[in-house]
Amino acid sequence: MSYLFAAYLAIWILIFAYTLILGRREKQLQEELFLLKKTVGRNKN
Amino acid sequence: MKYDYETPRKWKYHNILAWTAFLTVSAALYLIFMWVPNEKIQGPVSKIIYFHVSSAWLAFFAFFVVMVCSIAYLKTKDLKWDIISHVSAEVGVLFTTIVLVTGPIWGRASWNAWWTWDHRLTTTLILWFIYVAYLMIRSAFNEEEKKARFSAIFGIIGFIDVPIVWMSIRWWRTIHPNIVSSGGFAMDPSMVQTLLASLAAFTVLYFYLLEKGIFVQRIRSQVELLKQRITEENS
Repeated sequence: MSYLFAAYLAIWILIFAYTLILGRREKQLQEELFLLKKTVGRNKN
Repeated sequence: MKYDYETPRKWKYHNILAWTAFLTVSAALYLIFMWVPNEKIQGPVSKIIYFHVSSAWLAFFAFFVVMVCSIAYLKTKDLKWDIISHVSAEVGVLFTTIVLVTGPIWGRASWNAWWTWDHRLTTTLILWFIYVAYLMIRSAFNEEEKKARFSAIFGIIGFIDVPIVWMSIRWWRTIHPNIVSSGGFAMDPSMVQTLLASLAAFTVLYFYLLEKGIFVQRIRSQVELLKQRITEENS
């Protein structure tokens, strides 16, 4: 039973870790995009 | 140079896809833990196979998508194919990692060994190394076109290992179980139904992760484009 628990725990840790990484990447890039757009807007003026 | 400044938007069915993934995975877990009986000889540990086998099939599918999109990129030079290949390779590596983690746990319970240099296990490990190398090579290039071209060639050649992994238990003597033969599934019908439900759930999960990954890559492309524009303006 402990092997079954370990296997499913590992599966969910891997899937959640990857989803978390994707979410963090998205957040960082959205922030960077916002700042870059602001810079481009400032350069225009 | 012409720039496209429109901020990428999430696919309009993104939330539906996320909820479908959640519900199908929950349904598969219900079938695995509440409905399907344990295999007679192995007991509860036999339930590992449902997500182990589904992960393996999805890894094969993800690398197949890498190959198809790599060919499409080389033909059209459209970077959208490169983005799909990249994300699919990442998701494929995730599923292969699941296979390589759950396999030894099942092996320890069934064979009393975490790992053996069996042909199926070894070729799967090689598959993992191939696509980890694919992702590492991508990060080594700065020039988008060069990166996309080189990755596309690598993505096509790398796929050669997938049929080798699949056929390894037919070509060589192996201790790895073979659940699919020419006569169909070598399992009880309730186990087959649970396996197919798990496969469907992981397929939806694959498309959810692919869609999310593509969205993130599109924002990255937009960021690169704006950085390029600012550099050009300042020089």
